[in-house]
Amino acid sequence: MSARIIVRVQKDSFDAAAEATALTHGRSDIGAVVTFTGLCRDEGGALAALEIEHYPEMAEDEINRVACEAAARWPLEGIVAIHRYGLIRPGEPIVLVVTTSTHRTEAFAAASFLMDYLKTEAPFWKKQHLADQGSGGWVEAKAQDFAAADKWRV
Amino acid sequence: MRALYFAWVRERIGRAEEEIAPPETVKTVGELMGWLSGQGENYAAAFAHIKSMRAAIDRTHVKHDALIGNAREIAFFPPMTGG
Repeated sequence: MSARIIVRVQKDSFDAAAEATALTHGRSDIGAVVTFTGLCRDEGGALAALEIEHYPEMAEDEINRVACEAAARWPLEGIVAIHRYGLIRPGEPIVLVVTTSTHRTEAFAAASFLMDYLKTEAPFWKKQHLADQGSGGWVEAKAQDFAAADKWRV
Repeated sequence: MRALYFAWVRERIGRAEEEIAPPETVKTVGELMGWLSGQGENYAAAFAHIKSMRAAIDRTHVKHDALIGNAREIAFFPPMTGG
């Protein structure tokens, strides 16, 4: 498997379109590009920002491991996975997954797999900052996220 | 051995990392969490719900029955909420 894999953990924002173009530029064999961007929601106006803490020495390795697993499971041409940390305001992007392949089925499945695994395996934790100046505490892991990741286990 | 703490585990203990020297009887990750929970009220609060805690040895996820062995770095944290 020779999918091109690009993984970054960064404080700054990213340009999803430019990242997708990087995987397809000059290629005429790719038939499908799936781009998923996860954004920070304002939770009906209650949330001022999310503060994302991460385990720097482990985060990139863990995302790489998940990306390699995706590349082993599906015939992909390329993967981009970017996860931000630090203070992120509503409307700003948090996470990006781009997958490319010859056909759409593999690109969709791999992108879905990557997001399900990033949520439960990559060492990131979200803390809420509320619009009324208070701390909303740490976001709790959801059972549905674990169930989503579990469905890929074979 | 270097211990790292993240998210509310870090907040409850009051520090992000430290050197720890558990007794030789502490063999597994689960036993280490049990030992740490006895190191003071802040540790007891951080390790109050050991079952749901996650751990990584030398930057790889491990289960609670994993042996500590010659680990150089062990991290404790709540379930991840990235993405």
